[in-house]
Amino acid sequence: MILLGAVGVIVRRHPVHAALSLVLTLFGVAVLFVAQDAHFLAAVQVIVYAGAIVVLFLFVIMLLGVDRVENLRTEPLSAQRPLAIITCLGLLAVLVAAIVNGNGVLNERGEGINLPDLQNGSDANTVQLAESIFSRYVVAFEVTSVLLVIAVVGTVLLTRKAKLSAK
Amino acid sequence: MISLSLTPTSSWYLILSAVLFAIGTFGVLVRRNPLVMFMCIELMLNAVNLSFVTLARELNDINGQTIVFFVMVVAAAEVVVGLGIIVSIMRNRSAMTVDDLAELKG
Amino acid sequence: MLDLIWFIPLLPLAGAVLNLALGRKFGDPRAGWVATIATAGSFLMTVLVYFEMLGLAAEERSHVETLFSWLPVGSLQVDFALLADPLSVTMALFITGISTLIHLYAIGYMHGDDRFSKFFLYLNLFVFSMLMLVLGENLLVTFLGWEGVGACSYFLISFWHTRNSAAVAGKKAFVTNRIGDFGVMTAMFLAFSTVGSLSYGAINEAAHNGELASVTATAIAMLLFVGACGKSAQLPLYLWLPDAMEGPTPVSALIHAATMVTSGVFLMTRINPVLHISYDWASTVIAVVGAATALYAATIAVAQNDIKKVLAYSTVSQLGFMFLAIGSGAYVAAIFHMVTHAFFKALLFLGSGSVIHGMHHEQDMRKMGALRKVMPITGFTFIIGWLAIAGVPPFAGFWSKDEILLYVYANNPALYFVGLVTALLTAYYMTRQVIMVFYGKARWNDHSEDHGAHGEISPHESPKVMLIPLIVLAVLSIFGGAMQLPFSKNLHFLEHWLAPVVEESEAYIGKTWAYQNKYLLLVVAIVVALTGILISVAVYAKSKFKVVEPKILEQAWKYDATVSRVVGGPGVSAFNLIAWIDANIVDGIVNGVGESIRGVAGSMRRIQSGFVRTYALLISLGTVLMLAWFLLRGALL
Repeated sequence: MILLGAVGVIVRRHPVHAALSLVLTLFGVAVLFVAQDAHFLAAVQVIVYAGAIVVLFLFVIMLLGVDRVENLRTEPLSAQRPLAIITCLGLLAVLVAAIVNGNGVLNERGEGINLPDLQNGSDANTVQLAESIFSRYVVAFEVTSVLLVIAVVGTVLLTRKAKLSAK
Repeated sequence: MISLSLTPTSSWYLILSAVLFAIGTFGVLVRRNPLVMFMCIELMLNAVNLSFVTLARELNDINGQTIVFFVMVVAAAEVVVGLGIIVSIMRNRSAMTVDDLAELKG
Repeated sequence: MLDLIWFIPLLPLAGAVLNLALGRKFGDPRAGWVATIATAGSFLMTVLVYFEMLGLAAEERSHVETLFSWLPVGSLQVDFALLADPLSVTMALFITGISTLIHLYAIGYMHGDDRFSKFFLYLNLFVFSMLMLVLGENLLVTFLGWEGVGACSYFLISFWHTRNSAAVAGKKAFVTNRIGDFGVMTAMFLAFSTVGSLSYGAINEAAHNGELASVTATAIAMLLFVGACGKSAQLPLYLWLPDAMEGPTPVSALIHAATMVTSGVFLMTRINPVLHISYDWASTVIAVVGAATALYAATIAVAQNDIKKVLAYSTVSQLGFMFLAIGSGAYVAAIFHMVTHAFFKALLFLGSGSVIHGMHHEQDMRKMGALRKVMPITGFTFIIGWLAIAGVPPFAGFWSKDEILLYVYANNPALYFVGLVTALLTAYYMTRQVIMVFYGKARWNDHSEDHGAHGEISPHESPKVMLIPLIVLAVLSIFGGAMQLPFSKNLHFLEHWLAPVVEESEAYIGKTWAYQNKYLLLVVAIVVALTGILISVAVYAKSKFKVVEPKILEQAWKYDATVSRVVGGPGVSAFNLIAWIDANIVDGIVNGVGESIRGVAGSMRRIQSGFVRTYALLISLGTVLMLAWFLLRGALL
């Protein structure tokens, strides 16, 4: 499902269709998160990513004109597609080789992920994650919140319409 | 080596993540609509998140998930700013491809 | 007191700066007095230093005063330092003394000139440079002074620059000196690369200790001799000196009689240990060049009609004598002659200036005559100068010339003969000059009715400010010989004084035939001088013999014309070739590098297509390659 969605993103001509394919992919990834004992993150993925970000994308698409459809048959830069294919295949090869090589090399070193079950409580994963964020990475947390504020302010400024000069 | 049984080992997830990443890269390089290019970047970010979570599970370390948390936040901020830029550039033109923005031509 | 030797060159420099800033305000004659007082102060300082040195024991009479470290570059350590030892103090004494007298004289001579203050500015600057030259502790400070005097000489020769001949003469002096400077520079490089230092102390020490190879010493000595030939107007490079008479007479007196032209002699004496350990042929070359120049110039002086040109060639000839002395190992005699020559040559030049001034700037001797009646003091002092240079005892020139001839005979009798002939000719042409100017019939109005003549002129005596220096110099010319009388070792004041500097290199002639018979040689010298005088009197005054003044002598053996042909013909072609090489090849390489970079940059420019996707593609391609490389490295390790 994930791969289907991903391919859809890159293939669909209409941007809205591409956005919907993205949603498909994101949901798939969220499912995989749950399978990996990252419950909190799965929830965040759905809410933030699939919920807010894709919606934002759709807003912008609508703002800029829904009927702008890209012509995928032509490619003005002639060397682009072949080279892109080569690059991506190369990338894939390198990554797979790295993964294969590193199989079994990494050892357990953490304190363990708490799983929500009867022993730890149903929000064990969230609690553990929260503990990690607010103790060890609290500075990063604060900085990130500042980042969000800056992003919002910046964007608002960027997208203001220029004032008309007095005639 | 990769086990070929039907139960997914962490290697599977990692390879899936790699494929997702590659697809995302291809999309960035090939698509001309800036919004679609952005979406492909999101794909790449998701691939990375996936691999992080996998490794967190494998190493039994919560830090991997913490990283993913932060990545998501930053990605959200980045999307906001990026879309803002795209809007402000493309609002007044009828241009719809990245190729028309070739003002850095040397 | 010794550490105040800085004042010696500093005062003239201050005078120059003062005249540079306020000269126009000072005007005529105050600017001249400023300059004269500056030089007089310098002379006073030198006298004080001299007396202090007299109080020291002979070995201690060498004092180095360092102002600052001038060039601390890697292994080359050159300090801005002055060296006060007997040689430099001697030089400084007569330089400052005679300069003061000439400055005083020039106040009168240059009166009415509209660039009056500039003249004194240049004069003071010249004295400063000359003092740096002689007081320098190392070759670089001397070279600073060397170049300085060359530049000031150029300024002063072409002082009346609106006259084309003056400008050309200045240029000629500078260019010819430059050739000599090349020799000095090469010698400096050589000294640095072998001895590792430019300081005289180090170089002479190396020569004493045997650290300096004879080959190197010869090379250094010969290169410095080339420089000396340029500055002191010896045979191949003398041709600027006669033309330099275009400058005002005080300039000729100061620069071209007493000071600048002696710097070559000074330099050779300064490095006498180096010359001492050179091959023997080096000294012979110096002696031969000196003797040849002396004879050559003396023959030309016989046929000159301009009052200053006679003295110019006479200077060249006397300098030849000094180099002859150096080549024969007689350093003390050379310095002795240098000092006495400064006295009487300055006297003669100033006297001729007085004549020119009184004759309203007429310089041709054929239009003079019987001036003794009209200009008594000038005449009297000029006659004293004449007797000194002709070598008549007891005047100063006799003793110094005799000393030189003594050493020359001990070294090389053939050169002695040349020296003797030159002495004869010297007496001859100087007598000729005296007769033509001061005796005989008054010819100055002979052609006054002719077309283009100045009309009737009545010569007059010069003002006191010009006569006082003449008198002082005359006294010095009479008694100057007392420095080194040959009669007994006790009277060898100059020799004892200069001993720490030149002792080891001084030729020892105690056991030679010449020394045993020095009184005989003394008499021979007197006879030769008197013979010259008598023949000249017979030719010019009594008209007993016909006047022999071959045209070729008047044209100075056509030397100038030959040089012009050689340099002008093949020389110019060679220069053009070099210029062509510079413009096309050297510049071509430099520009070619620039052009090729431009070309490469132009083709690289096309990578910047402006398309974001191209950039993204290249980035990702690069990343993939990097990752692959890291992977492979990890796999291979």
